[in-house]
Amino acid sequence: MCPMNPLRYDLQIIASWITPGARVLELGCGEGDLLLWLRQNRQVRERGIEIKESKVVKCIEKGISVLQGDINTEIMDYPDQAFDFAICSQTLQQVYDPVFLIRSMLRVADRCVVSFPNFGHYKTRVQLMFTGCAPVTKELPYEWYDTPNIRVLSLRDFENFTRQAGFRILKKAAINTKNHQMEGKTVTFLPNLSATYGIFLIGHQ
Amino acid sequence: MSEYIDHDHNGTTVGQVEKQFFTFAGKEDPLLLESGASIGPVTLAYETCGTLNADRSNAVLILHALSGDSHVAGYYTPEDPKPGWWDIMVGPGKGIDTDRYFVICTNILGSCMGSTGPASVNPETGIPYGTDFPLITIGDMVRAQKMLMDHLGIQKLLAVVGGSVGGMQVLEWCVRYPDHVASAVALATTCRHSALAIAFNEVARQSIMADPNWCNGHYYEGPKPGMGLAIARMIGHITYLSDESMRLKFGRRLQNKSALSFEFGAEFQVESYLQYQGRKFIERFDANSFLYITKAADYFDLAREHGKGSLVKAFSKCLARFLVVSYTSDWLYPTYQSKEMVTAMKKNNLDVSFCEIEAQWGHDAFLLPNGKLDQLMKGFLNRVSHESAPV
Repeated sequence: MCPMNPLRYDLQIIASWITPGARVLELGCGEGDLLLWLRQNRQVRERGIEIKESKVVKCIEKGISVLQGDINTEIMDYPDQAFDFAICSQTLQQVYDPVFLIRSMLRVADRCVVSFPNFGHYKTRVQLMFTGCAPVTKELPYEWYDTPNIRVLSLRDFENFTRQAGFRILKKAAINTKNHQMEGKTVTFLPNLSATYGIFLIGHQ
Repeated sequence: MSEYIDHDHNGTTVGQVEKQFFTFAGKEDPLLLESGASIGPVTLAYETCGTLNADRSNAVLILHALSGDSHVAGYYTPEDPKPGWWDIMVGPGKGIDTDRYFVICTNILGSCMGSTGPASVNPETGIPYGTDFPLITIGDMVRAQKMLMDHLGIQKLLAVVGGSVGGMQVLEWCVRYPDHVASAVALATTCRHSALAIAFNEVARQSIMADPNWCNGHYYEGPKPGMGLAIARMIGHITYLSDESMRLKFGRRLQNKSALSFEFGAEFQVESYLQYQGRKFIERFDANSFLYITKAADYFDLAREHGKGSLVKAFSKCLARFLVVSYTSDWLYPTYQSKEMVTAMKKNNLDVSFCEIEAQWGHDAFLLPNGKLDQLMKGFLNRVSHESAPV
């Protein structure tokens, strides 16, 4: 077995929510770090979807089952409830139609995990307040003209959204990360102000 | 597929290999073909490299494309100038590692490189079959290969691997013998030919049949339809490349001259290249085999044959884990055709990985040195060899 790199902090949280032996689909699985960890430590049956060829190659090299393609279209061909979990980590803010995507995730899986950077973090608020410019932070490092993050949302936005769209939040974690997201801690005090990322486990209403 | 037989740049090789033969299906029990006709005896030429392990669970069957043969890797003699056609992929420590896997490659039924085909002698008449040879299908080829696996005592293949027409055989294996295949690698292939692919094949066949030496396929006593076969090969080579690769490889450069000479000789480099490929091909390949194999490829339709028209249904009995690879510049079997099979596999909840490799060399890319394909192959086979239980 190849030596494992330590898992990014937010992925550690997600991993802790996945039951052993589950069938897991990850949308935008990158180089497959989370799926490999889950397979080796939770004995899951894994599938990934990743659009970038070089990352797909890395996944397959590790023995991960992965499809090259766009998450919004690739998710459509799976049978209903083919998975126990569908995971979409740090990508929701880049999705054109999040309602459709989450509905699709809940069609193919019993539960889904989504995570995203929190635009309600105090540093973002302060930047906008005092500079009058679109915020640029470690978690949101892009300028307004080149950002892939087309959906600007805070933890509170997302909770409101789940209520309106009819999704049920089963678990949530507000986290603050440091050291290139390798370390972090969960935040309980004023999470929408002090957390850099939000992670939600969602089920049907 | 083209001939890109390259020596491995690292110099590693499986070493010396030997072409072997397996003959089955006698006059009493001939091989019944999908067309309803039957033939016998049937001989398959095959080669092996690596060592079959004690529980016979490390066998990898490699399936060659249109013009390939059983000589997948290594050398016949120490003086042999050229190794097998996929020497860059098959060998110690390579993508298909012969230190770990027992590799088998067999010449397809209908070919002319040692297996029974139209150039073989018809036992009824004592002369070569020619066009009396019955039409064969990809399914027939695979059924013959299954006989060879039974003969070798291999109950379950760890993997079947092939590109192009070889990839069709890979898919056929998985659908026809689901219990006998643990995994499958389908490269630059399709579940059925597009009209474009059939059109190119038909022009190639017409050029053979229009050659006055073809004589309705009974030319083995006299001169061969070399011109027709050479033109057929030239057409093939156009489809194996791409606009981009031709532009990079030849552009409008002239061959051995600096100005146009206002005559019909081969002036452009691309003309000279195609003519060279045509000439080289007729030295080693039989025109009738070309007709039979291209026809089998055109007939191939996994959905029609195994799913009453539905590709999803065709894959419904499959159990294998799949790796499907397409190439961005392949216009013979473009990516959408690979995606079609991937979608059908997904709908059946099959374990499938898919990668579209960025490559400018067109359909032929799977035969060219490509670090990415080596990595994919290694990772994929490693996973299946750890997870597939011995039979």
